[in-house]
Amino acid sequence: MYPAQFDYRRAGSVDEALSLLQENEDAKLMAGGHSLIPMMKLRLAQPPVVIDIGRLDELKGISEAGGSVRVGSLTTHADIAASDVLAAHCPVLAEAAGHIGDAQVRNRGTIGGNIAHADPGSDIPPVLVLLGASVHLQSPSGTRSVAAGDFFQDLLMTDVGEDEILTHVDAPALGAGTGAAYLKFEHPASGYAVVGAAAAVTVQGGRCTGAGLVVGGVSATPTTVDVSSLVGTDLSDDAIAAAASGLDAEDPIGDIFASGDYRVHVGKVYGKRALAAARDRA
Amino acid sequence: MTVSIQLEVNGKPVQAAVEPRRLLVHFLREELGLTGANIGCETSLCGACTVLVDGNAVKSCTMLAAQADGASVTTIEGLAQNGELHPLQEGFWEKHGLQCGYCTPGMILSANYLLAQNPSPNDEEIREGLKGNICRCTGYHNIVEAVKYAAERMS
Repeated sequence: MYPAQFDYRRAGSVDEALSLLQENEDAKLMAGGHSLIPMMKLRLAQPPVVIDIGRLDELKGISEAGGSVRVGSLTTHADIAASDVLAAHCPVLAEAAGHIGDAQVRNRGTIGGNIAHADPGSDIPPVLVLLGASVHLQSPSGTRSVAAGDFFQDLLMTDVGEDEILTHVDAPALGAGTGAAYLKFEHPASGYAVVGAAAAVTVQGGRCTGAGLVVGGVSATPTTVDVSSLVGTDLSDDAIAAAASGLDAEDPIGDIFASGDYRVHVGKVYGKRALAAARDRA
Repeated sequence: MTVSIQLEVNGKPVQAAVEPRRLLVHFLREELGLTGANIGCETSLCGACTVLVDGNAVKSCTMLAAQADGASVTTIEGLAQNGELHPLQEGFWEKHGLQCGYCTPGMILSANYLLAQNPSPNDEEIREGLKGNICRCTGYHNIVEAVKYAAERMS
């Protein structure tokens, strides 16, 4: 399977990538190519020009400052999964990255490409929404940031504008007393999540003071579950099961492998397990 | 248009002009004659096309040859040294780690990457490390034995 023909441009800097985007209508940015190349081989995408941004070191790397972690958009899933900084400050993001595909895919795929592609079966989006992360974009007219919850708009659709490049993601570090977990039920062939549940709880003095649950794979975009009923409880298994059963999706996605109803059911089960795992880590 | 690329393949410098849509696996097979990297699913799932790019296992069906410009690529043809099989190749032979052999080059390169990261993996770690490689002869048990054999030989 070959992609359709295209012209190839390699950007040497973010500024050059931005001007190439302006000069070439319908051009696509390529980082690791692990979402775009498969789309191009299936001819679901036929960009006339591909701008290779894979060598922009300024967009790679993971750092922590002032209670927040920053992940450059070109950082690979392998580097995220193995990051000491994330292990110390935001392990749930590393955990989710370690679940993506397989070793080969994680060596090439990047967090920026992953979330810009916005596949509903992707592991990263529900974690970013759970964390309240912000996605940073740059265009010739400046920079802006978008809350992860607003970034994912629909199936394979995000808030990235035609003239913008995704530069990095910022996420709050997990504080003391907070545990978080990402659990997935994965498609046995593709490795994509049929359902992936990201949960966090904060415990102080034996009582829950904050809880969150976001489930991917059920709808076109990550589904936030209202688990505020957990606040004030001791996070018993019953309380967690009741909270996770609140997962609801108006128009769940379904395919030959898993119907919409089945995804909602599995989402509740994995939501419950993710909350319990988060509690045990808090 | 064509893109000029310079890379190192199995230790030898290579220079070429490639079509932008040329995938690395096709470049290796059709232009360099290195047919060890097999084309299986073509959708990044089966791992038969796995090669090492700068030491990292990657699926060469999901990488443009243009993206490999400047890289050092290792294929199965580059593992044996001076006529001596690599311990992984020897392990697959000794432990009957293959039947039809189609997945074997990819399995061996993924295992090579795994052992570079983790020189003495347990069974579970080997299976996780080879998750991106599918064997339709269902030879996984002996493949795990082959990797353990190699790990012992290489330690």
